Amino acid sequence: MSAYVTSVLAIMGINVMLAVSLNMISGFCGQFSLGHAAFYGAGAYGAAFFAAAGTPLPVALLAGVIVAGLLGLVVGFAALRLRADFLAVTTIGVSFLFVGFVRKQPWLGAEMGISKIPASGLGSEGNTLLIIACALVTVAASLYVDRSWMGFAFRAVGDDEETARTVAIPVSSYKLVAFTLGTAIAGLAGGLYAYFTQFIVPDSFGFILSVALMAMVVIGGTGSTLGVVAAAILLTLLPEMFRFINEYRLLIFGGLLVLVMRFAPGGLAGLARALILRLRTS
Amino acid sequence: MLYYVDLAFNGLVFGCMYALMAVGLTLVYGLLRILHIAHAAVYAFGAYVAVIVANATGAIALGVIAAMGAAAVLGIGIYRFLYAPLLAYPPYVPMIASIGLLVFMEDGFRIAFGEQGLTFARNPYPTQLHEFLGLTVNTVQIAIVVAATVCLLLLASFTARTRIGIGWRATVSDPRIAESFGVDAIKVRYLNFAIGSALAGLAGALIGVLNNFVEPTMGFVVSYKALAIIVVGGLGSLRGMLIASLALGLVESYGTIFVGRFLDRDAIAFLFLIAVLIARPRGLGGMKTA
Repeated sequence: MSAYVTSVLAIMGINVMLAVSLNMISGFCGQFSLGHAAFYGAGAYGAAFFAAAGTPLPVALLAGVIVAGLLGLVVGFAALRLRADFLAVTTIGVSFLFVGFVRKQPWLGAEMGISKIPASGLGSEGNTLLIIACALVTVAASLYVDRSWMGFAFRAVGDDEETARTVAIPVSSYKLVAFTLGTAIAGLAGGLYAYFTQFIVPDSFGFILSVALMAMVVIGGTGSTLGVVAAAILLTLLPEMFRFINEYRLLIFGGLLVLVMRFAPGGLAGLARALILRLRTS
Repeated sequence: MLYYVDLAFNGLVFGCMYALMAVGLTLVYGLLRILHIAHAAVYAFGAYVAVIVANATGAIALGVIAAMGAAAVLGIGIYRFLYAPLLAYPPYVPMIASIGLLVFMEDGFRIAFGEQGLTFARNPYPTQLHEFLGLTVNTVQIAIVVAATVCLLLLASFTARTRIGIGWRATVSDPRIAESFGVDAIKVRYLNFAIGSALAGLAGALIGVLNNFVEPTMGFVVSYKALAIIVVGGLGSLRGMLIASLALGLVESYGTIFVGRFLDRDAIAFLFLIAVLIARPRGLGGMKTA
């Protein structure tokens, strides 16, 4: 594999992990989070901090997962108290707060970020393989959760909280589980990213990324794991395949969000479902 | 001592600007239950119209008036072509569409007018200083405070005294009953978007004049702060919104001095938001309707 292909595959794997984990929170459980990049960043900073201090790779990655998952748990507690639209605004706040906080911390490298992250020792192809393996495990886990009792409970909470409560589903616990699980996976993606680039700055984890991740989820089809994977791959590859798109990336992301919501709120998965239905009936 | 008074005045100016922004958001939320994030694009649009018209005609006042008009038209367009068809869907659908529109328009401004932004060709106002009770303030700061006060007072008397204003409030508190009493709910929505957007355009134009600078992403952070304000104010409550706007202006102004070493200005604003929400999940506002 050329260096270019390995790096595109790595970014793709990371985006798949992020989008699928966000889909667990927002798609399965219906808790719209616009701060997913903050958890990704928390994972990246957690892992980078430990890696720079000299701990081995698994420990550093685990540290990233724990930092992100804990932050996710805290935000999950906020989700218990807030209505859906309040939560969206609060998570936007988390996104800004994270970048604003990291930017001012000298021990996290402030504006300059952390640059002395040691190599993972796997080589660049090894890194990419590790990322892709993690992405595949994430997708498999998401498909599994979707079919499990937990996935059923998530959907019940997402569809109608009050009704879920009436049939004795512990709504609060499931919300916390969804947040912790989704953000821990984002933290793992962050740790992998830190090892992949060996250099992280606060601005890589800003609000725009949170919006892009939400775009992957809704364009793929909120709640559909495979749709979200397809959208994550597509939205990573499009700017790579057509260079001119990169210049207008945000314009296209924004435009796509508007068009998908306006004309096909079910996203790619919804379109596919409609197509299959039509083929079967005709 | 005077230094702290200066900070307070600065906070007041920003608070007034936030209030002008947040009125539109509060009204839209009160009426349609949509978090109208693209309101920030309307704000930036107002600023661009102001700078372009002012540079073409040489009169900044004309630019500001044009900004209000153009923003109102844009707001009506957003309602007509984006929100109206999406009202039947769950609330996240229009919200995500709104974010998409904001990102789209901001990148559109960047592509059309350049990343560096635009400046006013002749803008004497930010450097015209006045002594006022020992404070030194410039003309634009005064204009912002006066404009916000006048607009909000006019709005209050409009909703309290005129027929259509009362119909408007009735629609916010209960659309069905209002309609059965003969209020035209659709007309109310258009009016709502026109007025809210005109005020956002005004805020954008005045901030453009104050900074003598208009750039593509100027609406971004302000929009989230305005969202934070309406949430803190208790969505849909105008009184809570006003209190929250002024409080945020002051918290930011003092916060930058006292905790600026640990957090930047935007982070302070959101910390304030999160703290208030955790203490009072329904926001500060007592009244449910405008």
